[in-house]
Amino acid sequence: MSEVQEKVSNVIKAKEVDPKFKYKMSKMHGAEKVMLCFQCGTCTADCPIARFSEFYRPRRIARMVQFGLKDRLLSDKALWLCSNCFTCVDHCPQNVEIAGIVRVLRNLTVKENKVIPLVYTVLASNLLKGGYVYEIREMHHKKRAGLGLPPLPKPNLEDIEKIFQITGSSNLLKGVETFEKVES
Amino acid sequence: MTSYALFLGCTIPARQPHYELSARKALPKLGIDLVDLDNMTCCAPPPLQSIDLETSLAIAAYNICLAEEADLNIVTLCTGCFESLAMANTMLKENNELRERINKILSNAGKEFKGSKEVKHYLQVLMKDVGLEQVKSQVTNPLNNLKIAAFSGCHLLRPSKLLRFDDPERPRIFDDLIEALGSESIWYRNKLKCCGGLLRGYADDLALQIAKEKIVNAKKAGADCISTLCPFCFVALDMGQLQIRAKFKEEYDMPVLHYAELLALALGIEPKELALESHKIKTDKLLQKIV
Ligand code: SF4
Ligand code: SF4
Repeated sequence: MSEVQEKVSNVIKAKEVDPKFKYKMSKMHGAEKVMLCFQCGTCTADCPIARFSEFYRPRRIARMVQFGLKDRLLSDKALWLCSNCFTCVDHCPQNVEIAGIVRVLRNLTVKENKVIPLVYTVLASNLLKGGYVYEIREMHHKKRAGLGLPPLPKPNLEDIEKIFQITGSSNLLKGVETFEKVES
Repeated sequence: MTSYALFLGCTIPARQPHYELSARKALPKLGIDLVDLDNMTCCAPPPLQSIDLETSLAIAAYNICLAEEADLNIVTLCTGCFESLAMANTMLKENNELRERINKILSNAGKEFKGSKEVKHYLQVLMKDVGLEQVKSQVTNPLNNLKIAAFSGCHLLRPSKLLRFDDPERPRIFDDLIEALGSESIWYRNKLKCCGGLLRGYADDLALQIAKEKIVNAKKAGADCISTLCPFCFVALDMGQLQIRAKFKEEYDMPVLHYAELLALALGIEPKELALESHKIKTDKLLQKIV
């Protein structure tokens, strides 16, 4: 792509803007304050990921929500680079919760675009199979016993399954497309 | 004795039984009785919250319900579990509409979140229930010669509005508890910044870069070891050093110990009882300094 073509492809076109998106977001738990962002940049300056990543910029996420750039937001894998450290939540002068906004956007990506990091699907299926997101194998149980540790609590898998069913998460995870790596 | 329902989570019992071992040996010595409750499950950490918030809140609340039924407050070792459970606890206690929604989900599993219990991290229990002076007075093997780089990890402190643990900008609790063991808790650059641990698995290069900076900063400040609370921070920094060696050809040889391990040593528990050989970065030299 030539430099000019690249610039043109980055231009925001009216048809990709969803003007109601910011209102929908404002109703979601964690993203209520998104319209209060005045782009000071504190979140990006203090974000441990933005320091090292070429692509991840929390301030830009807030602006893109305000602009209604839903499709771009949900298709950008950089969304998965937030490490949930909550520094942005603690530091924002407007009480905007970027980490909360990112969580809402990830929930939407899973629900509407059906895309998710592979490890997350592994964690969820481990939880449904064994009650823990990290698979606890026979060798782990043996090692514990060898160290004199008591047996682990037995999770009630039926209850977990019920919760996943009733919230729709079981269906959510059916037929999702996964990716292994996010470019940083 | 003060009794607490011990919430173990999954990473500690599966990958770091040495952490659990040290906590189970040290905490009862200070009058904390740890009760194992059946049916305890996953804390519903950020990856699950990223899939669906309501599901994760329901799973977290399910555990709190078990503690409510047993009439016990919860204590966690892992800061990740602490964050997931304490956040859910505060959110559901303070937001009636959300509590109703989650309770509707939980009723299918025969549970109801009442909001009658607290979720604490064991540092809070040491600070508030046991008290700094009492910890100090029980130390029989002071770790006098050690400079320790405390690394609390993010999820002990933030989001501070929901966790209410310590001042997130100038925290003291962890440092005070280290100094109660006779060691010095040192300052190092970017001490409070994230270890990148949660990105391991899909953005490993980035995670490793972040961990490396952390270790370099602790080394430059003259640390004898890094002390952690979270099993993910531990993996990022302990196992991380092997990966740093392979990728960057740099060797730091910086032991990483969970606070409970240091506490157990200071309370006079023998190193051989603590399965310290499970650490990737050997702790022998450090132990020579203190025993
Ligand atoms: S710190 Fe808050 S107000 Fe400033 S750019 Fe970030 S979200 Fe917007
Ligand atoms: S929570 Fe995410 S966006 Fe906010 S500072 Fe941490 S890594 Fe950056």
